[in-house]
Amino acid sequence: MKLKLHVWRQKNKAAQGRMVTYDADNISPNMSFLEMLDVVNEGLITTGEDPIAFAHDCREGICGSCGVMVNGVAHGPQDATTTCQLHMRSFQDGEELYIEPWRAKGFPVLRDLVVDRSAFDRIIQAGGFVSVNTGSAQDANATPIRKSDADEAFNAAACIGCGACVAACKNASAMLFVSAKVGQLSLLPQGQPERQERALNMVSAMHEEGFGNCTNQYECEAVCPKQISTDYIARLNREFIKATLTYPDAKK
Amino acid sequence: MSWLKHAVRNPIGAKVLMAITGIMLTGFLVAHISGNLLIFVGPQAINAYAEGLRQFPAVLWAARAGLLVAFVTHIYFAAYVTMGNRAARPQPYAFSNTVQATLASRSMVLTGMVMLAFIIFHLAHFTWRITDSEISAMGEFDVYQMVIRGFRQPMVAGSYVIAMVAIGLHLSHGIASVFQTLGLNHPRYNRAVRFAGPAIGVGIALLFASIPLSIYLGLVK
Repeated sequence: MKLKLHVWRQKNKAAQGRMVTYDADNISPNMSFLEMLDVVNEGLITTGEDPIAFAHDCREGICGSCGVMVNGVAHGPQDATTTCQLHMRSFQDGEELYIEPWRAKGFPVLRDLVVDRSAFDRIIQAGGFVSVNTGSAQDANATPIRKSDADEAFNAAACIGCGACVAACKNASAMLFVSAKVGQLSLLPQGQPERQERALNMVSAMHEEGFGNCTNQYECEAVCPKQISTDYIARLNREFIKATLTYPDAKK
Repeated sequence: MSWLKHAVRNPIGAKVLMAITGIMLTGFLVAHISGNLLIFVGPQAINAYAEGLRQFPAVLWAARAGLLVAFVTHIYFAAYVTMGNRAARPQPYAFSNTVQATLASRSMVLTGMVMLAFIIFHLAHFTWRITDSEISAMGEFDVYQMVIRGFRQPMVAGSYVIAMVAIGLHLSHGIASVFQTLGLNHPRYNRAVRFAGPAIGVGIALLFASIPLSIYLGLVK
């Protein structure tokens, strides 16, 4: 396969970036998208150019680091996969691809396709945890949990924090991410004592990090590699409204 | 009250207020179109209805005040939310794409602004009666003749119909959004809500548009 790539190149956080065009030749349809970038980078290195920086780690769709925009779609055209799970057979020979980093105020570009997603860590630090030590695993049914709640919590917990929801959202909102994190803990008994302050604090942290607001366009769930539903956003709205109205220690 | 101030500065709190005021404004539209459709019954019906409204000035002014508060609140928080959204993506994509967001959802700001411009014109046209000297000179309560006279003009009828397209789009995203924003969501009802929202929105717009269209086409004289 031969492809024409338009790739965002930016030296560092402060530098001005621009789209640069490269030819990618000798690409096998069986390569993953990241392997294709590896091949292009080898070519760049042999000609003495800087290779294209992109984040990657597990290359099997669980670490959440590899996300890029391919022709304006987060993680590329294939549903329910991360960029590393995307294969070149998803594209046509001779196709032109626009490869860009996630664009959001909350995700500043560090270099080329690599963005700083530590805003997500700070949102988690605002409440995405259970404070008490849960100790070692207890007997399986010591704490009864309804099956449907367990399933729903598990579906939310599938979030890998890749940031595709933010990248795809027309408003660069992080609502799907926050709703998954708030949702998983609000459904389980261990999450109950801190349920209200978690919703309030994580939503505030999201706002402070400069992410936008949800306008119910559902672009996020369309690109989420873990197919997290926007039903969790409705759940988060419910959690936030209830906590705002009834949280005992809320400011008077 | 600082908890309330804090809540509405928040992305969800601001949208909850937009949802509540959106319900109020949609309720007004339903009441408004219910009265307007009397024009198809005849001159006496709609004139009697218009006069009937004025029999209760306290109720009328209370409703107008509530409507104004809802209207201003809705626009204020729409501006607040939109500015936050614009600021959240300072650098746009070189290749922008849309996977499943509807046209209605992507044009809420535009359709909202068209509606605002229309409402100002509509008030000037039929409430303050300052856009048309012939309407200004008419007697106080001949609503029927006023409407007929207004919509015989192609520019006026046309601009009303265009405004109704904007209202149809705005409501078709807005009504379903109310349920999502207020967290009124359950797999059992989600599909119904996502279908009924646009259906009700387009239905209201079609009913409104039927009046200028049928007058302009001479079906109502």
